[in-house]
Amino acid sequence: MQFGGLRCISDFSFSVEDGQLVGLIGPNGAGKTTVFNLITGVYRPTAGKIAFAGKSVIGHRPYRITARGIARTFQNIRLFSSLSVFDNVRAACNMHLRHGISHALLRGTGFDREEREIDSRIVELLEIFGLTAERDSSCRALPYGDQRRLEIVRALATRPKLLLLDEPAAGMNPTEKIELMKLIRFTQEKFGLAVLLVEHDMKVVMGICQRIAVLDYGKKIAEGTADEIQHDSKVIAAYLGKQTHA
Amino acid sequence: MSGRPKVLLLVTLVACAVLSSFSGKISPYYYDVIIGIGINIILAASLNLINGYTGQFSLGHAGFMAVGAYSSAWLSLTFGYSFGLGTFATTSTYFLALVAGGLMAALAGLAVGIPSLRLRGDYLAIVTLGFNEIIKGIIQNAEPLGAQRGLGGMVQHTNFFWTFAFAALTVYVVLSLVHSTYGSGFLAVRDDEIAAEAMGINTTKYKVLAFVVGAFFAGVAGGLYAHFKQFIHPEGFNFLRSFDIVVMVILGGMGSTAGVCLAAVLLTILPEWLRMVDDYPWLPEWLRPITENRMILYSLLLIILMLTRPQGLFGTENFRRRPA
Amino acid sequence: MIEFLQQLVNGLAQGSIYALIALGYTMVYGVLRFINFAHGDVYMLGAFTGLYAAPRLLQAFGGGPSPTGATAVLVVAMLICAIIGILIERLCYRPLRERPRLTVLITAIGVSLFIENAGQYAFGAEPKSFPEIISDRAVEIPESLGALSTLTITIGQLIVIGVTLVLLIGLRTIVLHTRLGMAMRALSFNPLAASLMGVNADVVISFTFALGSALAGAAGILTSIQQPSIDPLMGVNAGLKAFVAAVLGGIGNIPGAALGGVLIGFLEALVVGYINPTYRDAIVFAVLILILLLKPSGLLGKAEREKV
Repeated sequence: MQFGGLRCISDFSFSVEDGQLVGLIGPNGAGKTTVFNLITGVYRPTAGKIAFAGKSVIGHRPYRITARGIARTFQNIRLFSSLSVFDNVRAACNMHLRHGISHALLRGTGFDREEREIDSRIVELLEIFGLTAERDSSCRALPYGDQRRLEIVRALATRPKLLLLDEPAAGMNPTEKIELMKLIRFTQEKFGLAVLLVEHDMKVVMGICQRIAVLDYGKKIAEGTADEIQHDSKVIAAYLGKQTHA
Repeated sequence: MSGRPKVLLLVTLVACAVLSSFSGKISPYYYDVIIGIGINIILAASLNLINGYTGQFSLGHAGFMAVGAYSSAWLSLTFGYSFGLGTFATTSTYFLALVAGGLMAALAGLAVGIPSLRLRGDYLAIVTLGFNEIIKGIIQNAEPLGAQRGLGGMVQHTNFFWTFAFAALTVYVVLSLVHSTYGSGFLAVRDDEIAAEAMGINTTKYKVLAFVVGAFFAGVAGGLYAHFKQFIHPEGFNFLRSFDIVVMVILGGMGSTAGVCLAAVLLTILPEWLRMVDDYPWLPEWLRPITENRMILYSLLLIILMLTRPQGLFGTENFRRRPA
Repeated sequence: MIEFLQQLVNGLAQGSIYALIALGYTMVYGVLRFINFAHGDVYMLGAFTGLYAAPRLLQAFGGGPSPTGATAVLVVAMLICAIIGILIERLCYRPLRERPRLTVLITAIGVSLFIENAGQYAFGAEPKSFPEIISDRAVEIPESLGALSTLTITIGQLIVIGVTLVLLIGLRTIVLHTRLGMAMRALSFNPLAASLMGVNADVVISFTFALGSALAGAAGILTSIQQPSIDPLMGVNAGLKAFVAAVLGGIGNIPGAALGGVLIGFLEALVVGYINPTYRDAIVFAVLILILLLKPSGLLGKAEREKV
């Protein structure tokens, strides 16, 4: 992926299998969020292929990629700031609506039924993630950790098959991080998703990911299990720099 | 719960019809103001859909009003009197002319909305202003529409019922659209377009839809206006008119339909009240600039509003913050 | 061909005016990322300052039009406009620094309308006649230049172009070779980093407004030399065209504003000369819409990406 003169991602070949929990790590500026943006269609790759469930996703608008089953959270939380917790999730239910504008206007029984279905689904999701009490508060009133959880709930409302989490542990204290690790594993099992996780915190990544890829300056330098990665000399060099001789 | 909004709408329509029959009992002056209030409610509520609920800053709403006014006026002048079949036919022709005006305006909304998709805030405002001027320019050069002389001779079909029936309909449409899962798309686009797309919302669809629906009702308002004043002129649909409507939306609070309707009422009455006050002999001289030129007051009002209470009367503090 | 050259000359003179005003738009956008809707009205205020100050100043410098008198009028107008610019920023825009840009935009529209309408009330809505501050007449072009001698170039036009050049050079010196200028540039690249490096944003922003407004004031005087009829609404049209010029050149880009101004001046002259004067305004609008659709960053600007 090239931005003007900058070759942001130049050698990255990677795949995520059904039901896997995979991590993507690398030093700052390695290009991890760019990978997310490429997958979700925010950027269009200048070269290369991206395919989901066998079909290419290049050139599609982000909302169509979400419709195919890829959902994401953002590095800097992007909730719908004027909406309540409940309505934030409701916005994500929009894409699965069976009824359209005429139903919203004419409000027949079909409309009511579907709205009720959506409402109960949201209630269920909020319940699972412990956000029921705040359902009608402004999402900006939530503590940071809850906001991150809400972002995950919102992404889940789109019924994805692949969930991309962009630094979900950022800004959390150790206790919250442990909760998050349990939450991610739980989410993955309960909803049967594949999860791709970008994270800086090694404990989180090593703790839950089955497979990890390491990105440095836009190139993949290693891939394997947590154990393999930890002992890979290239990875160590990327994070700590080469050994200098005093 | 299910039928309630529709029932409410029906009741309101009936009430309008009933109230309309008393129109003869009010003085023409007050009647004028009341119709003006109704038309402004339609304009404010429809602009609120674009500006308030979808976050697209449109400064050219009067342009859509112009399209509706001229379309319906031309239609009723060209075809309206060839029926001669009695009141029912004439009223239906009028209704059709209004709807046709709205549809033409909706087309204009499409023409403005689509190119504007990639533009944000400040640029979008300028471009919509530009489109307003272009529409005005086209009318000024169109002979069949009276060009610079204006267009007149319409029959005064507009009455209390038509005005407020459409006002009720506009409010109903905007509210039922926005308060539904379907409508949450508008709000999501307003709050964060990138997140909205990531959540599966087709932001293009919602932005264009807001323009089209908003423009439709502005067009209807234009048609109502044309058939009330019985004379329309391109200068009546310029930036200042758009600005009037924008002030209503801001004063009422972007994103609050109740607020903008109230603001529409207040700001329709304000110039009239200023006119009355201007006639008082005991008015101190230093207040005269304000009463004689209401734009001075309006612009001051706007500045003070933005400095002290930008969310208007009923709006929530929910404007999206842009990174510096 | 001569006709074409004539239009070029006219366009250059008019374009210089647009360039001066456009610079104000672009500089403010550069440091604040905000379109100062009220800028065109400062241009109008410059012209009116000249209107009221000229009689007294011309008296002081020997009665009647003279180069010194004219320069005095120019300087006074620029000073007063600089102060006006600083006042507007201080009172209406600075309190809104942290607010969403929509709020400031609406405020700017309010300020613009207030100035226009208060101006109509204070000065009267009818056009006024600007006094002669310099004797304007056509320049005698020697016959030896052949066909060129049929061109009509006035002293006024030469003065406009000349003064604009001087002001542009002055601006460039300030922006490239002074600390304040450097601070302006730093602020436009990265406000946070700039303030962390000790740049006092408030001072620099006030300075930017002062500079831009002074240039607009100068434009007001220069324009009045050529077109002595001024009215409180003269800033609307000129302001809009100068804005288009700024966008054309690349908003936020100083050389771009100058380039854009001259280009719009040329375009206008060509439309008036070869097509139809009534389409003059519409064409400029069309240019705006075209740029925003095709290359929003303008001729010399760079596209800005939002970080996701």
